Amino acid sequence: MTTNPEKPKLAMYWAASCGGCEISVLNLGDRILVIDEIFDIVFFPAIADFKYDDLRSYPDGYIDLCLFNGAIRNSENEELAHLLRQKSKVMVAYGSCAYEGCIPALANLTSRDFLLNTVYVNQPTNDNPNRIMPQPRYPMEEGVLELPAFYENVHSLDQIVDVDYYLPGCPPESHQVWAVMQVVIQALTKGSPLPPKGAIIGAGEVAVCEECPLEKHEKTITRFYRPYEITPEPDVCLLEQGLICMGPATRNGCGALCPQVGMGCRGCYGPLPGVVDQGAKMISAIASVIDAGEPGMEEEDIELAIKAVIDTIPDPAGTFYRFSMAHSLLFRAKTDQTST
Amino acid sequence: MNNQFEPVILGFLCNWCSYRAADLAGTARIHYAPNMRPIRVMCSGRVDPQFVLKALREGADGVLIAGCHPGECHYVNGNIKTIRRYLLLRKMLKQWGIEEERVQLVWASASEGKQLAEAVDRMTEMLRALGPLRWNETVLGQPGINGDMAPAETLAEEASA
Repeated sequence: MTTNPEKPKLAMYWAASCGGCEISVLNLGDRILVIDEIFDIVFFPAIADFKYDDLRSYPDGYIDLCLFNGAIRNSENEELAHLLRQKSKVMVAYGSCAYEGCIPALANLTSRDFLLNTVYVNQPTNDNPNRIMPQPRYPMEEGVLELPAFYENVHSLDQIVDVDYYLPGCPPESHQVWAVMQVVIQALTKGSPLPPKGAIIGAGEVAVCEECPLEKHEKTITRFYRPYEITPEPDVCLLEQGLICMGPATRNGCGALCPQVGMGCRGCYGPLPGVVDQGAKMISAIASVIDAGEPGMEEEDIELAIKAVIDTIPDPAGTFYRFSMAHSLLFRAKTDQTST
Repeated sequence: MNNQFEPVILGFLCNWCSYRAADLAGTARIHYAPNMRPIRVMCSGRVDPQFVLKALREGADGVLIAGCHPGECHYVNGNIKTIRRYLLLRKMLKQWGIEEERVQLVWASASEGKQLAEAVDRMTEMLRALGPLRWNETVLGQPGINGDMAPAETLAEEASA
């Protein structure tokens, strides 16, 4: 590729991710042409054929803006995180995986061995009596074959390298991406200031509930439903209808898209400002709608009534930490008991 | 000196009932396990689940939350908030591989110094049977949370062994 020395350089890379973050950039629509006009794209595996050696050949700090999406799950992800950090002036953890682990980090609830056995041995469709597993290094006559090593834990980007900004969302909403790009473009072309280092950009400062138009009442419920079990009333808060909605514990910025179409907020914009552990906050929020029986009930009966409601939440850890496992206080489960 | 394991219990005691129960246990010279480090909170409903997780992450072997009996809360229903949070937290902690006995909720009114002391004794015995938690060392590995970031070579040797 020919490079234009005048233009600022842009890179985007996917580590442990699904590709949705790349789509969210393309979702800018024809504004993508503005990006192309202003930036010189120097590394972007999803849309152009760059090699890792191209990246290695750049001088340090050559890339002005690196959008890094995906969690760190294997040695290749880690190597590229270090390499891109070295080559980039501004490193953005783009999307929920890079920011706080997202879906890949749910693997921290189990162990590496359990995952490998599930995929390569224990599936009914597997025929692997010798338990052959992928090997990071395999010496053979022609030379040594190598695969990235699969780690025990999934990490967020900032647990591996220094990160300048975080852009939350799974994936980030395109109007937020555009707003961020404009700030960056202004900074690069007109010298206007960038946000302070470590800032969470392209998102709001309050809970999703604040921008959710559904009507909220003070109400408790006697059971939770999974999304397929009921068709929610339109216009009424989903939590009051027994659908788990992460809105109260999640940062806004998305426009409350999911609750407005009857699907509880999944929590992809991460915890609110000042909150460390999104799942813990969700426990507090959801506890407030659980019905605790009538006043004056015996202590045991209160406990039984509450337990009956909680029994209808099948997977609290996976639900409340769906996006934030790598940034949670406990980080991973103690697996000698859960993985067997 | 014996070598039995002395668990560290972090106690969140409500100002109006359970902290006074602990006071009473002291003035009544009740002998009980010295394993609980009490922290006074205005209400058991003030105990954010983040406090519990942080305690477990940073070295506590167990967390005890103590408040007024249901119906006797100084703030009418703060303890009803507590019990709902606590039951949900306990269910979730099971998924993280944390035994139920490590986080306990007890009701102790200001006159129940003996009951509180007994609860601490009971919990200490349970945690002794379970052994230490030591989240940082045993679950996250040393040093710190990046302990598993062994170089590819080491992982390759492990995988081929």
